[in-house]
Amino acid sequence: MSKRILMSGNEALAEAAIVAGLDAYFGYPITPQNEIPAYMSRRMPEEGRVFLQSESELAAINMVYGAAATGKRAMTSSSSPGISLMQEGISYLAGAELPAVVVNVMRGGPGLGNISPSQSDYFQSTRGGGHGDYRTIAMGPASVQELVDCMLLAFDLADLYRMTVLILADGILGQMMEPVVIEKKPGRKLPPKDWALTGIEGRKQNIIRSLYLGEGVMEKLNYKLQEMYKQIEENEVICEEYKVDDAEIVVVAYGTTSRIVRSAVEQARKEGIKAGLIRPVTLWPFPTKQISKAAEDFKIFLTVEMSCGQMMEDVKLAVNGKSPVFFYGRTGGMVPTVDNVFEKIRELSIPAKKKEK
Amino acid sequence: MKTVFKRTPSLRDRVTHYCPGCGHGIAHRLVAETIDELDIRSKVIGIAPVGCAVLAYDYLDIDMVEVAHGRAPAVATGMKRTNPDKIIFSYQGDGDLAAIGTAEIIHAAHRGEQITVIFINNAVFGMTGGQMAPTTLIGQVTTTTPLGREADNQGWPLQMSELLAVLPGTNYIERCSLHDVGHIRETKKAIKHAFELQVSGAKGLSLVEVLSPCPTAWHMSPAKSLKWIEKEMTKVFPLGRLKG
Repeated sequence: MSKRILMSGNEALAEAAIVAGLDAYFGYPITPQNEIPAYMSRRMPEEGRVFLQSESELAAINMVYGAAATGKRAMTSSSSPGISLMQEGISYLAGAELPAVVVNVMRGGPGLGNISPSQSDYFQSTRGGGHGDYRTIAMGPASVQELVDCMLLAFDLADLYRMTVLILADGILGQMMEPVVIEKKPGRKLPPKDWALTGIEGRKQNIIRSLYLGEGVMEKLNYKLQEMYKQIEENEVICEEYKVDDAEIVVVAYGTTSRIVRSAVEQARKEGIKAGLIRPVTLWPFPTKQISKAAEDFKIFLTVEMSCGQMMEDVKLAVNGKSPVFFYGRTGGMVPTVDNVFEKIRELSIPAKKKEK
Repeated sequence: MKTVFKRTPSLRDRVTHYCPGCGHGIAHRLVAETIDELDIRSKVIGIAPVGCAVLAYDYLDIDMVEVAHGRAPAVATGMKRTNPDKIIFSYQGDGDLAAIGTAEIIHAAHRGEQITVIFINNAVFGMTGGQMAPTTLIGQVTTTTPLGREADNQGWPLQMSELLAVLPGTNYIERCSLHDVGHIRETKKAIKHAFELQVSGAKGLSLVEVLSPCPTAWHMSPAKSLKWIEKEMTKVFPLGRLKG
């Protein structure tokens, strides 16, 4: 499928996963991502691959674990409350060093919350999410095409680093239709899956496990994982900078919110306010270096999120006291408007202008 | 000298971590013998539970995965659906299968997954030190039922095999016991039959429940434990073929 077609975010994610070589999809219904399993239930059998609706999110992530343990490319998708249930499995995937792709079409929370767009699973997505010292790669694309690009990359990163890759979207991105090209691109060079369970045939027993009782053994594995995480932080950051060079106010936003912010930045520029946008695509690894560099010459930072300020903590860590960091956001399924964000930029630009004088 | 008996190749020669009188060692050997007799070592994948048998892969010399507590049937589903040519089995205790993993086993059975389940029932959570399991008998003293299990308070022993046997997705359910040599031989036959069904491509899930001694958590001698299975456990968990 290499021609430009019009697709909703959820369906484009599903098709991109198929193009990426997905062997099996397992999932449990939850709004606002139901178009993904519906699409998979039709397309996966057409391709002679596996689609299965599970009895719970716990089962879905463990089915992914099972398929991944045999070396297959497997994924699941859900929305915030369902992703919470999957955290047990994601922690086990991390401990067992198994690759998996998980889509979280986020919704308002905590609790059952609502089905409106949200970015309040940022902490959960970038801090591991379940128990133990681990990370998951987390991507926060901002368009239907970028959902596709992230999905194509996600399976390679999962296989390369043998870990879970999360793709974060929300109800707007999932439902929105945009033109996309879904094309298999030359991927990463991947090591053979010689650890996979295939039955003993001319080799020694393979064991996939996350229990290490011996003194210091678990610590050793954790240090190995941390070493790998450092490499990922070094090599896998994706981030877009928009009019940052001469900016006095740098807004940091990802996903749906970054599109609203971009319009607000445009509006600010029209009004003579030097605003710019840093848009992380990978949320972990976070573009710490890029933000730190932008903070070298004193700027004002504004983080805009559909949460009460979660990514803001990473921005503050990156800025490390070199510049002030402000926050604007809506929460519980509410979406900030361009006017809201512009107003905040304008308010913050007053001291910036004073400084100029 | 003529060799009349030797260790089956799929069973490792090593020092056991199981307690004296524990049934896991016997059950492991029955599984290993079955794998070798059916010549499926090159295509079998085993799933170890959370519980004492989490280290099953230290004894069974086959490809194995260790999974979250109770989730083995879901993991098995993921494996079998993507690898229909492989032989997938889970080895689960009663805490794993009858408590935390009830949903996973019921639904794997209900979907008719072509997997084999070895279900070790010792009426107690062994690894964590002998707490009440869903399978604990009425009146049985455990660390969390110090006055004995009471039906009014903690409910009745859960009969998983009977529950699963009524589902159309199961093709074979049998309850066996390890309390004497005769019954061990019966258990072996049942385990072998359960695997044979999967090898033959028969639709559905096969499960063998094995009543197994846990002298440590029961605070009994190994000999007394075997008697207790025979006299007490089999009253609540009657032996025999429930399905297939």
